[in-house]
Amino acid sequence: MPAMAAQAAPSSGARLPPARKRGAWAWLRANLFATVPSTIATVVFVAAIVRALPRVVRWAFTGAVYSADYEACRALEYHAACWGFVTEKYRLILFGRYPYQEQWRPLVATVLVLAALGVSAHPRAWRRWLVVVWAVVLPAFLVLMGGGILGLTRVETGLWGGLPLTVLLTLIGVSASIPLGIVLALGRRSHLPFARGASTLYIELVRGVPLITVLFVASFVFPLVMPRGFRIDVLTRIAAGITLFQAAYMAEVVRGGLQALPRGQYEAAASIGLGWWQTQRRVILPQALVLVIPSFVNSLLSTFMDTSLVTVVSMYDLTGALRLSLGDPQWRNFFLEGYLFVGAVYFVFCFGMSRYSAWLERRLGRWTLRPGAARA
Amino acid sequence: MSRSLLSWSTRSGRARLYQVALAAALLLAAAFLWSNLRGNLASRQIRSGFGFLREPAGFAIGEGPVPYSPSDSYLMALAAGVANTLRAAVVGIVLATVLGTLVGIGRLSRNVLVRGACAAYVEVLRNIPLLLQLLAWYLVATELLPEATSPLQLAPHVYLSKEGLQFPVPVWARGWAFALAAFPLGLLGAWALFRWARSRREHTGHTPQVLWPALLVAIGLPVLGWLSGGAPRELDLPEITTFNVAGGLGMTPEFLSLVLGLATFTAAYIAEIVRSGILAVPHGQTEAAAALGLSTRRVLRLVVLPQALRVIVPPLTSQFLNLTKNSSLAVAIGYPDLVSITNTAINQNGQALECILLIMSVYLTINLLTALGMNWYNRRVALVER
Amino acid sequence: MIATQPIIQLAGVNKWFGKFHVLKDVDLEIARGERIVVCGPSGSGKSTLIRCINRLEEHQEGRIVVDGIELTEELRATERIRSEVGMVFQQFNLFPHLTVLENVALGPQYVLSEPRKQAEARAQQQLERVRIGDQAAKYPGQLSGGQQQRVAIARALCMRPKVMLFDEPTSALDPEMVKEVLDVMLELATEGMTMVVVTHEMGFARSVADRVIFMDDGRIVEQNPPAEFFANPRHERLRDFLAKVLPR
Repeated sequence: MPAMAAQAAPSSGARLPPARKRGAWAWLRANLFATVPSTIATVVFVAAIVRALPRVVRWAFTGAVYSADYEACRALEYHAACWGFVTEKYRLILFGRYPYQEQWRPLVATVLVLAALGVSAHPRAWRRWLVVVWAVVLPAFLVLMGGGILGLTRVETGLWGGLPLTVLLTLIGVSASIPLGIVLALGRRSHLPFARGASTLYIELVRGVPLITVLFVASFVFPLVMPRGFRIDVLTRIAAGITLFQAAYMAEVVRGGLQALPRGQYEAAASIGLGWWQTQRRVILPQALVLVIPSFVNSLLSTFMDTSLVTVVSMYDLTGALRLSLGDPQWRNFFLEGYLFVGAVYFVFCFGMSRYSAWLERRLGRWTLRPGAARA
Repeated sequence: MSRSLLSWSTRSGRARLYQVALAAALLLAAAFLWSNLRGNLASRQIRSGFGFLREPAGFAIGEGPVPYSPSDSYLMALAAGVANTLRAAVVGIVLATVLGTLVGIGRLSRNVLVRGACAAYVEVLRNIPLLLQLLAWYLVATELLPEATSPLQLAPHVYLSKEGLQFPVPVWARGWAFALAAFPLGLLGAWALFRWARSRREHTGHTPQVLWPALLVAIGLPVLGWLSGGAPRELDLPEITTFNVAGGLGMTPEFLSLVLGLATFTAAYIAEIVRSGILAVPHGQTEAAAALGLSTRRVLRLVVLPQALRVIVPPLTSQFLNLTKNSSLAVAIGYPDLVSITNTAINQNGQALECILLIMSVYLTINLLTALGMNWYNRRVALVER
Repeated sequence: MIATQPIIQLAGVNKWFGKFHVLKDVDLEIARGERIVVCGPSGSGKSTLIRCINRLEEHQEGRIVVDGIELTEELRATERIRSEVGMVFQQFNLFPHLTVLENVALGPQYVLSEPRKQAEARAQQQLERVRIGDQAAKYPGQLSGGQQQRVAIARALCMRPKVMLFDEPTSALDPEMVKEVLDVMLELATEGMTMVVVTHEMGFARSVADRVIFMDDGRIVEQNPPAEFFANPRHERLRDFLAKVLPR
């Protein structure tokens, strides 16, 4: 083989791809018109959008009635949206049957809690003082809602409703189910057969039945197993039911985190001489819980959506309050606007939470030790 | 020197102590609750035991495949409820799987409009509570649809109105019985043809085209059965009368809204499962298969799909179970499923504990059977590793 | 000497990933039976180059001709070339849900349309050839890295390729397994297979290659028979590279 001469020295700078294969035209070709079925789909979609979009805009925005004018709404005859229903009823939907004059209280309470959640969201804020913040905010919420002290008139829990009720049930459900879930998860992984059996039985039983049955139990059976004369109100019963239900799912989340830890952690702790409880408290749980924080946020999200079921046991959360407001025979027919409004509220909260969860997962991923991550 | 079994100083002794303590605590709590229960039941004069199951229920049930009248026993009522739950669950699962698979694949499409539409579908439906969606579907079905006196005509003799969907159904005759009997035979024949094609390929390397013959057999045999039974053509047609639509087979608005609501909601989750299953197969697998010269269809069938299915099936089964559990929301829209009927029963005879135990055992049994099936499937298809 | 048509021809090949110009004006001819080793720093485009040969990557400018068939957007040409060009990947890419024998027999059955018995017999032969015949019934997950890579080589060989492409075949292996794979590649070379190998194993290049090619920044900078290549590197960049890569 003759020795081949080396190629000429390269010129500085690189060229751009041929015009046909780059830029906007290439993007269009690849994303919209790549194959025949793709082109057909594009045509169908564009045609549908062109036909539907003006009509939707007209129905929802330009032609709609925004003021709470019943006559104007009736005159629309469904050709446009009657957002007046929302204008008229939004306080009932958002606050349930809470006394009209006192509705500033649930508003302030909810804003406080949401602010506290916002502060808790960033990992930089996860320090000791955050616990203090919550130790202040949660009782403040209950005091504001319930009253009876500090000059606030007493409002019994049966009247609590709407968004504050949804938020309260979600918070109690998640925060109370976390310790219970941790206990169950540790129990399930325990070497003690009785503890393992009892935990597994509880977890599988509760995860195998719908939430509604648990709410029925809370509604019908709790009063029956309380000592005679001891009354607990509906809200406490339902909150307990939601907690017991969520605890089983939380247990599985924590168990996932416990399993993800390498065996070496347990072995290292044992070699130092730490006992079981100390190992869990100082070595295992701190790591496992951080691993599953994104799953916690997903649990928060699903509990938030599950609270809508309390409508079935006659509590007026956001969904229940909506149904209440549609009970008014005058405004009954504008249920679509009502559902769109409440659906949008849920969507904003839930979509926000799921985006937050994804962001958090990416953020925390930088801190956790992945197997093999030590290699360069 | 023998140490006592419950010695604090040994590991096993301590373990036993903990368990004894735990068992004792649980037993004490249970005893406490039990005694309260007995007391409260007595003071409210609520009966105990399952004897009520034999008594007449006294309430009507709106629909369902189980023949039931108010004078039938509670047990029959509950059985009707179970049948309704299963009916809604099965139809919902089928619809959800088909829709979810299409949307999941659509999210991986090259076309950005298709991708975007499928992504929007998944995000919107997963972030709104199911109950809200069900209630919305129900209101649409009962308020926005026209009255039964002037229904929407979707096809000749297929009517949609506030009373539900009504469509023609053949009058039962011998020909249909033969067709029904021939149907599994037709499927068997098609399957046999595919097996034969596969063995031909293994022997000679060339694949005979059996798609059309298989279809012919699968459809032709039932048609033959129908013909041999006298080719019955009589249909029970829904007709518009002065008051409503009479005749044909109907689906109530409750059933329709429950099934459509469950299916669209669950499909959003199934779409994500299908998508992550396909993405879970490493790209190197597709490359290696393509590098051998396999066509895209074969790459999918032989290499990608088997691996994707292993990842997809377990969470898919969870979604099926979720759909079955979620069908309990039927109580909010008046569809007489198990929970709904039990609710009525509790309101009537006050025996909440027994009724709730019954519901829970039904759901737990469904869960258990599915979990067993899932474990069997997982063991069969598990990738063999060191 | 009668000039025979080269089995692989690249003329003026340019490729971009988005705006990034990864292959710049590449010209290359490979004759039948020639053994080529391609080396260079990471990001130089060497993997992209051989992946273009069996169209796992598409080039935007220039011509690529393999065994007389030009690589275009036409699918049929691509499929024909892929059955004549075998590829071995850095990550092995064996199919975990099939046994070793099924992995190797898959291609002959479905692409070469061979009857199953014949395909499996040939597969067993190829497995013997890479000295792993006794593992035929195992699954890839049960084998070590070196064993898996040898199965991957057998899988490519079973298609009766005219050219074998190797994309850093030993980079993902533990050191003690590198030798067993290189030995198999050496045997292939002595049997006269046309090979294009992207690798950092300079010992292999020295003993097996007919030509060693150095790529940098998307261009072929220098190519020579190994003796010339290692003893008298002409370009500064190649000298730097060899200084880093060759053991002292």
